[in-house]
Amino acid sequence: MQPLSHAFKERSVAALQDETLQVALHRAKDGFAVKRAKAVAGLPEFDALRDRAVAIKNHTLEHLDHYLERYAEAVERSGGTVHWAASAEDARRIVVDICRAADAKMITKGKSMVGEEVGVNGALEEAGFEVVETDLGEYIIQLAHEPPSHIIVPAVHKTRGQIADLFHENHAKYGLTRKLSEVPEMVNEARQVLRGKYLAADVGITGANFLIAETGTSVIVTNEGNGDLTCSLPRVHIVTAGIEKVVPTVEDASTLLRLLARSATGQDMTTYTTFSTGPKRAGDPDGPEEYHVVLVDNGRSSMLGDAFREMLRCIRCGACMNHCPVYGAIGGHAYGWVYPGPMGSVLTPLSVGLKEAGNLPNACTLNGHCAEVCPVRIPLPDLLRTLRHREYQLRLGLKPLRWGLAAWVWFTAHPRIYRLGTRVQARVLALLAGRKGRFTRMPLAGGWFRGGRDLPAPQGETFMAVWKRRQKEQGR
Amino acid sequence: MSEPSPRAPAEESADRPRVGLFVTCLADIYRPNVGLAAVALLEQAGCVVEVPATQTCCGQPSYNNGDLAGAARTARNTIEAFEGCDYLVAPSGSCAGMLRDYPKLFADQPRWRERAEAMARKTHELISFLTDVRGLDAVAARFPRRVTYHDSCHGLRALGIKDQPRRLLAGVEGLELVEMADAEICCGFGGTFCVKYPEISGRMVADKASDIAATGARVVLGGDLGCLLNIAGRLGREGNGISVYHVAEVLAGMADIPGLGDPKDAGGEAR
Repeated sequence: MQPLSHAFKERSVAALQDETLQVALHRAKDGFAVKRAKAVAGLPEFDALRDRAVAIKNHTLEHLDHYLERYAEAVERSGGTVHWAASAEDARRIVVDICRAADAKMITKGKSMVGEEVGVNGALEEAGFEVVETDLGEYIIQLAHEPPSHIIVPAVHKTRGQIADLFHENHAKYGLTRKLSEVPEMVNEARQVLRGKYLAADVGITGANFLIAETGTSVIVTNEGNGDLTCSLPRVHIVTAGIEKVVPTVEDASTLLRLLARSATGQDMTTYTTFSTGPKRAGDPDGPEEYHVVLVDNGRSSMLGDAFREMLRCIRCGACMNHCPVYGAIGGHAYGWVYPGPMGSVLTPLSVGLKEAGNLPNACTLNGHCAEVCPVRIPLPDLLRTLRHREYQLRLGLKPLRWGLAAWVWFTAHPRIYRLGTRVQARVLALLAGRKGRFTRMPLAGGWFRGGRDLPAPQGETFMAVWKRRQKEQGR
Repeated sequence: MSEPSPRAPAEESADRPRVGLFVTCLADIYRPNVGLAAVALLEQAGCVVEVPATQTCCGQPSYNNGDLAGAARTARNTIEAFEGCDYLVAPSGSCAGMLRDYPKLFADQPRWRERAEAMARKTHELISFLTDVRGLDAVAARFPRRVTYHDSCHGLRALGIKDQPRRLLAGVEGLELVEMADAEICCGFGGTFCVKYPEISGRMVADKASDIAATGARVVLGGDLGCLLNIAGRLGREGNGISVYHVAEVLAGMADIPGLGDPKDAGGEAR
C-alpha cells in the first residue's frame, strides 16, 4: 500500500462530500463512545487500572530487550520458532518463506493491524497463495479491495447496502446467489463461505493483542471466534506482532485485557479471548503442527529513544478515533495510511515521514478528547504538537503560515505597536461591517468562510482602549 | 466568602487580591464587553483589578503551530507584564491553559522556567477563579431567557471547568439552562485549524449548531471567544436568530448589547 497521506486535504473534502460514507459515519457516531462511557461507569477501579496499565507498559518498555528475549526463549521452549523482522520488507519475506516451506495453498487470516502495516496480504497474493480474511469486517474490505478505515471495526465506513452488493457479487461462485438485505442473513452467508476456508487452510495468520514473556503465549481477542479457528485448524500458525506487544506476565496481560474491550467497544470482555502457546503437543486433540512468531520492529525501536516513546504504550483499542470529532467527520480512509485518527496521526508521520504526512498532526483541534479516554494515558495532543514542532523546525509547513506567525510574534513582543494595530483592526472591521454586525466574506480570509460560516464583527473599540479611557475619566 | 486558595502567593493582601486581567487578544479586539464583564465580576468577588498595559497574546498560535521559540518570546512578554500581580485571570480556558503550559517553553532556561512556573501557578480562568478561588456562589444578574451552554475543550479538559459556570448561571434570575447533546464535543474552532481545514471545521460547527438549535434555546453561552466566534459565525450564516454571548457577560448583567455577530440594531438580550 502506497501512503496517500499527502493528499489528506483533498481526501478529507471528498469524504465530507461522500453521502454514502456520511450515512455510515453518522450511523456509527457516538455508538462506541456511549458504550465505553457505560462500561467505565460500571467499573469504579477503571482509573486505577489505567494507572496500573501505564506502569506495566512503561516498565516493559524500559526493559524491552530483556522481556523480548525472555519471550523468545519461552516460545522456543514450547516448541515454536521466533523470527525477528527489522522492517516491513523483512516481515513480508519471512511470512512468505514460512508459507512456501509449508507447501501451503490456502491461508486464513485473523484481523491484524501489523499485518496491514507491513502489507502481508499483498506479498502472499503476489507469491501465489490464496489469502482469506476471516474477521467479518476485514473479509468485507478484502472483497472491496480496500484498506481498513478503523483499527477495530475495519468496515465501519460501509453501509449495509454496500455489503449486500459485495456479497452478491462475490458469493455467486459458491452457489449463493440470493441478494440479501438483513444483517443476520449476511453474517450467516459469510460464515458459510468462511467455514470452507477454515477447513481448507494450510496456514493461519493472526496478530496478537499481547505477547506474554513468562509463558511465550500470544493473546488475541475477537467477537466472532474466527481467531480460534484461524490459529487451531491449519497445520501452521503464524503470529505477526509488533515488538511493543510484549508484557511480562499473564497477570499483566489480564490487567490490560480489562481495559482493552471496555475502551474499544464498551464490552467488559470480548466474546473470545484466545491464548496460544506453541504448536500441538503430544496428546493434544488439536492445534497446529508448527507455531511461528514474527516480531516486527519497523521503526518501533527508534521510537523507544525519542519523544514518542509513550506511543509504544498503545494497545490499539481505537478509543481515540471513536472520540475524535475529526475522525467522526471524515472517517479513516482520508488519513491515507494504515492507522487513522489520533493514534494514526502520531504513528503515520513517524513511519512514512512528515513530508508525506505533515497534514495529519495538523488536522486536529487539540480538543484533548482522545487523551481523556486513552486507557494507557498517551498524551496524544502533546505528541501531535511535538510533530508540528518538528515540522516547523524542518521548514515543511505552509510558508504563508510561517510568515504570518513570525509577524504575529513580533507584534506580541512590541506592545505599543500591537496596541495600535489592534485598535485600527477593531475600528476598521467594525466600520466595514456596518449595521449588519458580521461579514459574509472578506478578502484574504477565505478559509474562515469556506467553513460555511460568517465572521462576527468587532464592537469597534478595543478593550484596552476602553479601559484606558475609563481610567482617565476616573482620574486614575 | 471562602478562604483564598492555599496556592495564593504570600504577598497577596488578606482579602483584596490584586488580579491582573489578561483580556485575551480575541476579547480585546472583538468583544471588549467581555473584558468589562470580567472586571465587574472580579470586583464583585472582592478583587482589585489591574490591566497591565503591555499585555498582548498568550502565544497559542505559535505554540500550536510548532514555533516554540516564537511562543516563548510572546510568553516572556506576558510574564513580564503580570509578574507584579497576585493572580493572572483570563476570560478564556484556552488562554489560561496556555499560560499553565508556559514552563514547557523554557525547559532549558532555568531562570525563565522558574518565572514561568510561578506565572502558571497563579493563572486562572475567570469563572473557575470566581467560584473555586474566591468562593463566589451567586451573582446579581437577571437574564430571563432559555439558554444552552457549550463546554469549550481546553477549559473542560485542561482545567476541569464544567460545573462552575452552571452553578453561577443557576443563580441568574429568570435564566433557564437547557443542556444540548454533545456539549463536550469540540465546535471545530481549534485556532488556526479552522482556516487550515475549513471544510472539516465547517462540518464540526454545523453539527454543533444543530445540537444548539435542537434545544430550543435562543441563546448559547460559553467561556471562550474562539469557540463563540466560530459558533456565532455558523448560527449567523444559518440565520436562525440564536444569539451568542460569553458567559461572563450574562453573569455580570452586561448582556444588554447585541450578541456576537448580531445586527447592531438588535436589542440586547437582558430584558
